[in-house]
Amino acid sequence: MGSRASTLLREEEIEEIKKETGFSHSQITRLYSRFTSLDKGENGTLSREDFQRIPELAINPLGDRIINAFFPEGEDQVNFRGFMRTLAHFRPIEDNEKNKNASTNEPLNSRTNKLLFAFRLYDLDRDDKISRDELLQVLRMMVGVNISDEQLGSIADRTIQEADTNGDNSISFNEFIKVLEKVDVEQKMSIRFLH
Amino acid sequence: MPSGAGSHNPAGIGRSLPERGLLLLMVLVFLEGSVLPLGAASSPDIRHQENVDNHKAADPGHNFTKKAFPVLDLDYKHIQTPFEISLWVLLASLMKLGFHLIPRLSSIVPESCLLITVGLLVGGLIKLAGEQVPPVLDSRLFFLCLLPPIILDAGYFLPIRPFMENLGTILMFAVVGTLWNAFFIGGLLYAVCQIQPANPNPLHAMELLPCLLFGSIISAVDPVAVLAVFEEIHINELLHILVFGESLLNDAVTVVLYHLFEEFAGAGTVTVMDGVLGVISFLVVALGGVLVGAIYGILSAFTSRFTSHTRVIEPLFVFVYSYMAYLSAEMFHLSGIMALIACGAVMRPYVEANISHKSHTTIKYFLKMWSSVSETLIFIFLGVATVDGPHAWNWTFVTVTVILCLVARVIGVVGLTYVINQFRIVKLTTKDQFIIAYGGLRGAIAFSLGFLLDKNHFPMREMFLTAIITVVFFTVFVQGMTIKPLVELLAVKKKQEAKRSINEEIHTQFLDHLLTGIEDICGHYGHHHWKDKLNRFNKKYVKKCLIAGERSKEPQLIAFYHKMEMKQAIELVESGGGVKLPSAVPSTVSMQNIQPKKPPPAKPAERALPQLPKGREEEIRKILRSNLQRTRQRLRSYNRHTLVADPYEDGFGDLLLKKQRMIELEKKIKDMSNYLTVPAAPPDSPTMCRARLASGKHIHLSSPQMQTLDYSTSTIFTRQDKTHPVANSTHRDQTPTLSQHITPAATDISPPPLMEICLHVTAGM
Repeated sequence: MGSRASTLLREEEIEEIKKETGFSHSQITRLYSRFTSLDKGENGTLSREDFQRIPELAINPLGDRIINAFFPEGEDQVNFRGFMRTLAHFRPIEDNEKNKNASTNEPLNSRTNKLLFAFRLYDLDRDDKISRDELLQVLRMMVGVNISDEQLGSIADRTIQEADTNGDNSISFNEFIKVLEKVDVEQKMSIRFLH
Repeated sequence: MPSGAGSHNPAGIGRSLPERGLLLLMVLVFLEGSVLPLGAASSPDIRHQENVDNHKAADPGHNFTKKAFPVLDLDYKHIQTPFEISLWVLLASLMKLGFHLIPRLSSIVPESCLLITVGLLVGGLIKLAGEQVPPVLDSRLFFLCLLPPIILDAGYFLPIRPFMENLGTILMFAVVGTLWNAFFIGGLLYAVCQIQPANPNPLHAMELLPCLLFGSIISAVDPVAVLAVFEEIHINELLHILVFGESLLNDAVTVVLYHLFEEFAGAGTVTVMDGVLGVISFLVVALGGVLVGAIYGILSAFTSRFTSHTRVIEPLFVFVYSYMAYLSAEMFHLSGIMALIACGAVMRPYVEANISHKSHTTIKYFLKMWSSVSETLIFIFLGVATVDGPHAWNWTFVTVTVILCLVARVIGVVGLTYVINQFRIVKLTTKDQFIIAYGGLRGAIAFSLGFLLDKNHFPMREMFLTAIITVVFFTVFVQGMTIKPLVELLAVKKKQEAKRSINEEIHTQFLDHLLTGIEDICGHYGHHHWKDKLNRFNKKYVKKCLIAGERSKEPQLIAFYHKMEMKQAIELVESGGGVKLPSAVPSTVSMQNIQPKKPPPAKPAERALPQLPKGREEEIRKILRSNLQRTRQRLRSYNRHTLVADPYEDGFGDLLLKKQRMIELEKKIKDMSNYLTVPAAPPDSPTMCRARLASGKHIHLSSPQMQTLDYSTSTIFTRQDKTHPVANSTHRDQTPTLSQHITPAATDISPPPLMEICLHVTAGM
């Protein structure tokens, strides 16, 4: 398995991924071996079933959405680069990166991009707004089946009411950022393992 | 004009000068008055003995001489101890009051400094009065009575999430940092003591082990002092939890080191075996303390499950179980502080789900009150003990100690941060390190531990005590006073005061799930993975055992939402139930629930408050205000065993159920035709009575009653003033909004008139 992994992953590819995502060499190889262990079909890409085979993901309330986040629009397979690109969002922010000015290409793990990733998990129809229904769906997933629709509805209303500043009864990305400004997103959305 | 006040108050506060002056005078009089009994207390035994002797001598003669029957007798001995205790507590509380009357003083000088000064004054006064200063900072009194309330308060309200997230850092500082401090200070002190050439110096006689013991006593950061000072500077949560957590967890290290060195100071040497035993002992002390605390915590949570019928004694369980946890841990020489923290932290989520709202408030306020009084007393006693204690001042020893403490702390913090930052996601900056180092205050625990030393084993005891007191004074006064301006100067991030919004709660949980999922995809068993597993275990097994009834299945989000709603409802009623509300209306019964099909543009307008004519608004407000006030007056007396049912709590679940039924009811009524033309029924008619009866219980109303409710829609407007028949139609759409404002608070209040209003308003459309 190990030798096969290294032959399948060429040096240039590693360099490219490194540039795009900021992961280190060892990280990339480590994640590549994880990728191949998930890839039961051994065709270099992961399908949805491969993800669903992970047992803990099945009991995660947001499991399906997370899996969907890996797959780009309309596709059913994700290759290693796509896999890494998604995981790059969860890399901890380096100190030297914090001081970088807002260049045209923000690194994938910047605060804004992290928040955008989370936002897209709520906003399934990609209309750049979290509508009441989308919020209800997420709440329903997190809360389980015992709570009545009305209660959830009032929680959703309350949430939108708190966050909504322009009165369109949905949460836009800017409102989302504003609501989470007190939350330490850099820490909450980073996995130390990926450092 | 009282003389004492003039010097303190600047001219600008002339308006309240007389009041403040009077209060200060009262305080001073109290001081004088209390000093004498307190001083007299220490020498009663002699007098008592004389009296007894006199009695004995007069006994044979007693049969002959018959004294006049004493109408009024002074028997101080009888009530001496409780009286003194009360007097000290009263003094402490009055001091606390007094400080806040002088605004400028309390903003410059932290309270702890002022209290120590007061203690010094009181001690000085007692000494001047010629009495012997009472040994107030008795170690047993301190450890068994004064310390537990403070620690329990801290443990019960410990913010678990930041604590757990930074646990690694906190443990590093607490364990490694304290060890480093102890050995550094002890070792260097010994070295300094040895290098006194020529001068015959008492320090020469110092051996290594007493020095190390002294080092271990003085090295621990004190939770009481840290709390007292950090409370006032409102620093950001991370730094607060780091320093405070460290001060709590280093207790285990202190206990082990203290006992280790005390045991072997007599023997003179410590072998490697002892060192190994010390390490094992540390693990036992720390983990044992936590285990004992957790067991008592679970017991307490389990007990609270059954208290739904005896709400009055609920707070007692919390206090007694926690205190027993502390005592049990102390019995085995385990770490009592860690036991208390563990007990409070473990039992809190379950107990809060089980107990009533009133009990929750009671617990909160009792804990705050006791810990506040304790803290005040500790600082005052520190001052008194300083005046009293036998002192042996040695310039070298004391100055070297103070310097070494500072140096050791700085080096320790910097070194440890360097190591810790390799493992942290959010690194600690230099500013953070400075505050952590500067916040390492020593306090009364060090003093009490020193006081416990046996004079026979440690001839240097007095020197130790003097040095400890100097360090404590230095840290509390100098560091305590200057930390606030330094925080301002360095622009350290302050605490964010905003309340936790529902958005944050939802999104935080969302992110937790997300991160757990990503960790699982990476195959990495990290922080989130284990937290998720613990939560799942908690939900599946533990909650079912420890939480009563329905609430065991309640998801965290819903519990949070309920709490928020309840708080807002209570605020609403307390503000007089006024119709004018801010836009954040608890929308449990929102327009969208009732009329989901309305087109979006209309929604913002609908959510705005109803446009009632001014006169109507005033009327409604008057009705609500007078009836709500009447509610309060009715709770005049109650049996201790059966409290009046609290409208804001015990049936919050029922409240929600009722609301849901009301929503359904409203839906049904809306579908029925308009009963506008039927005139309102007079209040005492059978229909009204029926409606009243119906409102008291469930709302399964059959159609005749529903019709009644519709007829009586206009009653709210016609009750007080029959000359204003209301045009129902114009207000039809707007009354439900009114119900939103009233229902959360008033649905379960029994007085019929109010019930009538509410029910009719809710039902009416």
